[in-house]
Amino acid sequence: MHGYEFFIDPSRCIGCESCVNACAECETHRGEPMIHLDFLDRRETTATVPAVCMHCDDPTCAQVCPADAIKKTEDGIVQSSLKPRCIACSNCVLACPFGIPKVMVRQEQMMKCDMCYDRTSEGKRPMCATVCPSQALAYVPAAVIARDRRETPTNVFVFGGQTVTTKVFMMAPAGTRAVSVDVVDYMWEQEA
Amino acid sequence: MAKPPASPEALLERYGPHPSHVPSGGWQDAAVHPPDRLVKTHCCFCGQQCGIQLKVRDNKVVGFEPWEEFPFNRGMLCPKGVKRYMQNEHPDRLKGPLLRGAGGFRPATWDEALDFTADSLRRIQKTHGKDAVAIYGGASLTSEKSYLLGKFARVALSTRHIDYNGRLCMVSAGTAYKLAFGVDRSPNPWSDIPKAQVVIVTGANVAECAPITTDYLWRMRDNGGKLIVVDPRMTPITRNADLYLPVRPGTDVALFMGLLHVVLRDRLEAAEFIERHTVGFAAVAEAVKAWDPRRTAELTGVPPAAIETAAHWFAEADRAIALHARGIEHQSKGVENVLSVINLCLATGNIGREGAGCMMITGQGNGQGGREHGQKCDQLPGQRSISDPKAREHVAKVWGIAPEEIPQAGLSAMEIMEAIHRGEIKGLLSICFNPLVSLPDAGYIRQALEKLEFFGVVDFFLSETAHHADVVLAGSLQEEEEGVVCTAEGRVVHIQQAVTPPEGARNDWTIYCDLARRLGKEKFFPYRSPREIYDELREASRGGVADYYGITYERIDAELGVFWPCPTPDHPGTPRLFEGHRFFHADGRAHFVATEYRVSGDPVDAEFPIYLTTGRVVSQYLSGTQTRRIGALNDQYPEPRLEIHPRLAESLAIAQDDWVAISTRRGEIVLRALVVRTIRPDTVFIPYHWAGAKSANVLTHRTLDPRSKIPEFKVSACRLAKATAPPPWAGESKPPGRSQQAARRIPLRVVS
Repeated sequence: MHGYEFFIDPSRCIGCESCVNACAECETHRGEPMIHLDFLDRRETTATVPAVCMHCDDPTCAQVCPADAIKKTEDGIVQSSLKPRCIACSNCVLACPFGIPKVMVRQEQMMKCDMCYDRTSEGKRPMCATVCPSQALAYVPAAVIARDRRETPTNVFVFGGQTVTTKVFMMAPAGTRAVSVDVVDYMWEQEA
Repeated sequence: MAKPPASPEALLERYGPHPSHVPSGGWQDAAVHPPDRLVKTHCCFCGQQCGIQLKVRDNKVVGFEPWEEFPFNRGMLCPKGVKRYMQNEHPDRLKGPLLRGAGGFRPATWDEALDFTADSLRRIQKTHGKDAVAIYGGASLTSEKSYLLGKFARVALSTRHIDYNGRLCMVSAGTAYKLAFGVDRSPNPWSDIPKAQVVIVTGANVAECAPITTDYLWRMRDNGGKLIVVDPRMTPITRNADLYLPVRPGTDVALFMGLLHVVLRDRLEAAEFIERHTVGFAAVAEAVKAWDPRRTAELTGVPPAAIETAAHWFAEADRAIALHARGIEHQSKGVENVLSVINLCLATGNIGREGAGCMMITGQGNGQGGREHGQKCDQLPGQRSISDPKAREHVAKVWGIAPEEIPQAGLSAMEIMEAIHRGEIKGLLSICFNPLVSLPDAGYIRQALEKLEFFGVVDFFLSETAHHADVVLAGSLQEEEEGVVCTAEGRVVHIQQAVTPPEGARNDWTIYCDLARRLGKEKFFPYRSPREIYDELREASRGGVADYYGITYERIDAELGVFWPCPTPDHPGTPRLFEGHRFFHADGRAHFVATEYRVSGDPVDAEFPIYLTTGRVVSQYLSGTQTRRIGALNDQYPEPRLEIHPRLAESLAIAQDDWVAISTRRGEIVLRALVVRTIRPDTVFIPYHWAGAKSANVLTHRTLDPRSKIPEFKVSACRLAKATAPPPWAGESKPPGRSQQAARRIPLRVVS
């Protein structure tokens, strides 16, 4: 859908799995969800994260695929592995910095979120972002998010030496431009 | 003798619950075999009544599509809504009447089953009097069916005993709102929530029990508002709370008196509003005097500083809302708990304005509409009191009988069970109610069912309660009958008939009309469609508090719901009550009602030192008759677990996943421990959706609120010990669904 972007805000997630259940309902998925939901550590917290694909500009999953089975469409959607090529080796599963791909044992294939290509191409919003009752997943124009939310969307993620930019945005504290997981990135170090 | 005709195992094997994972007709490629049509209707589950489109193919519901135009939920759904469609061709579906036979139920013809039902009811009434039979209804039924049931009890059977499972839901709130405002409805529409500057959510696990309401709370926070959560558990919304008050179970009324104490001590009350629009303030001010923050903290376990902050935030806001649900209402002082919340809102002038008020979150599908039109033991249609001579006269005229022919108020749901024990009620006809799972003290309920001379059940699946039935009449699902329901916000919405019942099952309303005919009362039940019942309901409600006269099916469709009261066809409906501060009491004022703290009906002591509280999980609904049959919802949370804080668990040497024996003064069950830091260490929690040895209600007690007659599900006393052996069902025990397994950090994400 033209002008619409995908936004994830795990802080708003209530762990209901509506997204996962709705994903499984797609006729082409036949009851199998292409996304999942992580309980971070139920003993310590109710915090949960809906794990939909971030659709990286330069997808790590595709980079590490020995069978060249993972392709990106022109409009930036990283697709499930190509069935004839995928060898179910799980390289993509281990390499993805966001923990998204899964190998479906029955199909012997990596399958994952394609941002409801069949729906968005017909002017419908992706199923998970349509049903999500808690704004953890949203598919709206960027201007709407800027107007409605306290947080700032970002799509730049720094994982040590790797900087990943993505089609999907993550809501971060107001003013955040890039999310880094390494304290070093926030330090001032004397130039050598 | 209503003992089950076969062993529980045999009945469960035959009738389920069997979890179904595949829609009717299997997964089909829409490109090859598209649905015939999309039907705009509503979810069959909770009181939010989300708009949803059902996909229909070959007269079967085969899927759903979000309905983004419906303003309440704008396409959003919880997992129950997503999977709700999987019932209509479920393998457990009852497709014909059953009669108790030797060694099990046997199929019967409709004539045989209906004759048997009518004869049994007539025989008991002839021998033991009219009031020896009782009717149970349910708050998931449409308003048409609720109305029909009330009329059936009072006109066809002339019994005064009709009550419903809404007795386990909204009666504390309803009683309190009637006392304070003269009307039983949430005063504000949900669209007011984002406009508030402060919202207190008390005793309401919004994220799991009313998930769509989360969206309204987040919008409130995005607008700069503050969220205060009051709960013994850190429910999921608590992560975004600006203030969290971890109240000790059963002390809510003291906490709200403590908040009001601070408001009055610091002169933050809305003096002009109190003076002009209320009565009874002085007594409330006197009652809260003793509840200074220190004393309140000692009883409630909430820090004094947090009490001060909450009181100041709420009173200093121009617009504040208090949202409450069963947490404060399921108590032997449920009505007083709610009154203490109302008193805080009244004292701060938060009522009858945009973004300001107190709001009950109705729990069941037609929890609001179901109680307005006559299946509540003390009410006639239009939320009229059955003891009011004018109300009786109006309704009698609509029904074509004399006012004195309408029986007086009967017993409430739990009291009916007590009357069965006493031998006063000998026959029971129940629809849409699974009391063996949902009422407290399940052992006592089982004994009552066994004492009945006649027990008839109308249902679409064979619930655990129905195991005790003499006759089971195969009824219809929500999507198989047209009608209206009233949502939590007072919006009357239209349920469409998406499909007809499967061969052999029948529409519920025709079952009751056929029984009325067999009871010789045919002329009072001449309906040919739900619409004809609804048109009579409109007349019966006309001039009452819940006036539906101006609401037609056509208007609902055109306006996407109409809020009652709506007395005339050109009336716009009433989304917000009490505007201009006109309340429904004869004096036009809101009434403060003083409250006091009392201990629970099942107090903790040295022998039973731990608080037990019960509630829902997001993937299950009520007694689970429907949701335990839907595979994906079952997988998400397959069995009840005992939530316990690590501090308490360690003191008892209980580790994660250990089997724990939980005992109360009623009984004992054994469940696995879910050790979590998100619950008070003096409290444990068990979800109540399961039956038999997994039933939380084996443990709960029968103390009722003296006014609302709601049971005290939220406060029991228990003791815990590591179980000496796993329960008999341990072999079928499953870990929580895919999501919670992910928490165990399986390095390779493999789905089998």
